[in-house]
Amino acid sequence: MLYKNPYNHYFDYVVQRDIDKCIRCKACVTQCSYGANYYDADRDLIYSLDHNCVGCMRCSTFCPTDCISIVRNPDAFRLNANWKDHNIKDLYKQAGTGGIIITGMGNDKPFTNYWEHMVVDACQVTNPSIDPLREPMELKTFLGRKPDKLEMNKNGDITTKLAPQLILETPIMFSAMSYGSINYNVCESVARASKELGIFWNTGEGGLPKALYGYGKNTIVQCASGRFGVSPEYLNAGAAIEIKIGQGAKPGIGGHLPGEKVLEGISETRMIPVGTDAISPAPHHDIYSIEDLKQLIYALKEATRYEKPISVKIAAVHNVAAIASGIARAGADIIAVDGFRGGTGAAPKAIRDNVGIPTEVAIAAVDERLRQEGIRNEVSLVAAGGFRNSSDIIKAIALGADAVYIATSALMAVGCTLCQQCHRGRCAWGITTNDPELSKRVNPELAAERLVNLIHAWSNEIKEMLGLMGINSIESLKGNRDRLRGVGLSEVELQALGIKQAGI
Amino acid sequence: MGIKSSTPYGKDFGGCGLAGIIDRSGKSVAGNMIVSSLTSMKDRGNGLGSGYAVYGAYPEFKDNFGVHVMYNDAGAREPVEQLLKTKLKLVHAEPVPVKKIHAIADPPEFWRYFVDPPDSMDKTDEDAIDDLIVNIVMDINERIDNAYVVSSGKNLGVFKGVGHPDAIAEFFKMQDYSGYLLLGHTRFPTNTPGWWGGAHPFTILDWSIVHNGEISSYGTNKRYVEMFGYKCTLLTDTEVVAYLLDLLIRKKGLSLAAAASVLAPPFWKDIEDMDPHKKDYYTALRVSYANASLNGPFAILMGFDNGILGLNDRIKLRPLIVGKKGDIVAIASEESAIREVIPEPDDVWAPKAGEPIIVTLKEDAKQ
Repeated sequence: MLYKNPYNHYFDYVVQRDIDKCIRCKACVTQCSYGANYYDADRDLIYSLDHNCVGCMRCSTFCPTDCISIVRNPDAFRLNANWKDHNIKDLYKQAGTGGIIITGMGNDKPFTNYWEHMVVDACQVTNPSIDPLREPMELKTFLGRKPDKLEMNKNGDITTKLAPQLILETPIMFSAMSYGSINYNVCESVARASKELGIFWNTGEGGLPKALYGYGKNTIVQCASGRFGVSPEYLNAGAAIEIKIGQGAKPGIGGHLPGEKVLEGISETRMIPVGTDAISPAPHHDIYSIEDLKQLIYALKEATRYEKPISVKIAAVHNVAAIASGIARAGADIIAVDGFRGGTGAAPKAIRDNVGIPTEVAIAAVDERLRQEGIRNEVSLVAAGGFRNSSDIIKAIALGADAVYIATSALMAVGCTLCQQCHRGRCAWGITTNDPELSKRVNPELAAERLVNLIHAWSNEIKEMLGLMGINSIESLKGNRDRLRGVGLSEVELQALGIKQAGI
Repeated sequence: MGIKSSTPYGKDFGGCGLAGIIDRSGKSVAGNMIVSSLTSMKDRGNGLGSGYAVYGAYPEFKDNFGVHVMYNDAGAREPVEQLLKTKLKLVHAEPVPVKKIHAIADPPEFWRYFVDPPDSMDKTDEDAIDDLIVNIVMDINERIDNAYVVSSGKNLGVFKGVGHPDAIAEFFKMQDYSGYLLLGHTRFPTNTPGWWGGAHPFTILDWSIVHNGEISSYGTNKRYVEMFGYKCTLLTDTEVVAYLLDLLIRKKGLSLAAAASVLAPPFWKDIEDMDPHKKDYYTALRVSYANASLNGPFAILMGFDNGILGLNDRIKLRPLIVGKKGDIVAIASEESAIREVIPEPDDVWAPKAGEPIIVTLKEDAKQ
């Protein structure tokens, strides 16, 4: 029998240290929350336990003499096109533990990325570009049900009352991340940034810590299958309510918050005992059909006196267009479609990497279907799942989204390096951990500033891109697929996206 | 010539000249007036498209819908006439009189039909009758190869084709027409070759549009009107403006001024500064009809049975000038075109960006 689990030997990273440059300050030892570095007092040397390294770069970032490099373990399995490294390692891991492999963040497999196969049009001669430095450029976005027709009285006054709307200064929101999956400091950072930016953040399914009720006007409160933290007070605290049916990283299953992360504050907010796993049911146990969803939508509207838009978030799956149409008809004001690159705090790896479809095609399909049915105006469409930059966002809006949700990129702005260990609750960057010592690594004031910077930068880029398209209002980009072209896509892919080939 | 859109988003663009004249007293203005106004701006076009709309062209058939149809192939006439006879009551049919001239090579064939709704329809249900006409127009444009409806309004004649404004006027014998409202357009298409169906004005029912500019929001607008059954088949962005106006005014019940502020909405920063009543009004319009707002440079003139609307984009990226003398008002791309028909105007000015100019017939005007 094997005397040592091969996984422990075939680890992913090696911590290389230049002893000549090391000043034995031990920053790497104290910064590593995974126990990968230790100081040997007898030899006055710092060593690493490479198998503990997750490649998060915390130690190398904090090394004052830049003596550390994190490199991929050169120790390689024999090359095999079928059995890739991760297949082999996962198998060994499961043979050793008998468990489902849990991971964090979004799908990292090399599926076609359609954003990278779409290009944007620009004005030349016949249509002047508009310079956002010199002309007004409007990004203001309204999310919520729009009337099909405004009724007017004899004086020409509008008598139709607009349904409640979320008003965004820029078409970007922070996607659902629960208190618990991220710690209080990160929640506060996101909430502060939302307030300053005039946009919204989403509580995820972890409830809203009492101390953050003051940010309610910029908060979307979520109601998920576990109903964690849901109370009348909570529902009325936010600007909108989102029913979470599914999540792009794990369509078809509920949320996972490992008990290790359920500490005091989380326990109070979620209304569960400390240390218990918070595993949400796969479906809502009061929603087994579209008519059940309709009941919940209206129950929530009743509970909030029809003053708040109700959003329904679903994972992008094969039949997403028909499902979205049903959701619109069930009374939702906003539909959020989360593609398979969307992140997660914890998900079975097999599900994260193999279930669902890309946001790009999902948005295209949903927008087109709602138009065919003449009900596109009745709902706003929010795209989520793996937005990396402003141009991904521009393309999503041109495909038909009203706004986008970002979460992974928001965490990256705060320090995340995509090491995919969120589920372990030991995040060295202090983000996906509730350990009080580690959580202190995120300073809400500074983190909020970085989030604001990111959204400002992207908004300015969006303005530049609108300007070069000769457009001075984001609403004229919505669904404007005429301004996109595909490069390197098959005819059927172009058709799925509803765009033309470049050159045509 | 028989171009049907083979792609879902076919369109082309233009830099162009436009002109319109209205006599608010309802008196007829000679067709030649608009021709000379437009011809003075010949250099704004490149000979690949010109056209005219004459309101008041057919006093003898003023209560019938006048359907002008262009045939790129004589064989297309039979199915169109069959359709018109089946769905409507055909009152009169005749070829549109033309003069063969050297400057116009290989023109298509033009017919005009004066029709009534079928007897089975309630004559007071104007909306249903209008819908029927719109559906028939869409049906012909989309389904019958080589046939395109040029106009479909009452007492309205539209004459357009590939050629400079003076040549097209000579070809269609514009000197034989007169009307209380005249529109003209000369075209400089820059993306697809000029074709007869692509010349302005674009029309639906009594609405006719001439347009100078390029609609950057075309994809958004097109997909919006398609939700309501309109079909953009004429390969140019201007077409969608005609459908937007029909949708906003006839179907959504907006006033002209409200429709204009949907097409060229005030900026949010200006809406913020308005009094609460106006703020709510413009917010509701912008939020509800965001997909109908036009982005990109444009100057448009829109004719309708009772008047004319002139409108610029929100940052005035195309010229538009207004001149008036007594009851006569002229709107054009250039002042020279106005002075061609009103040599000594009482007033000439350039409207502000996004500010609609609405000129209607006087109450007592008899058409």
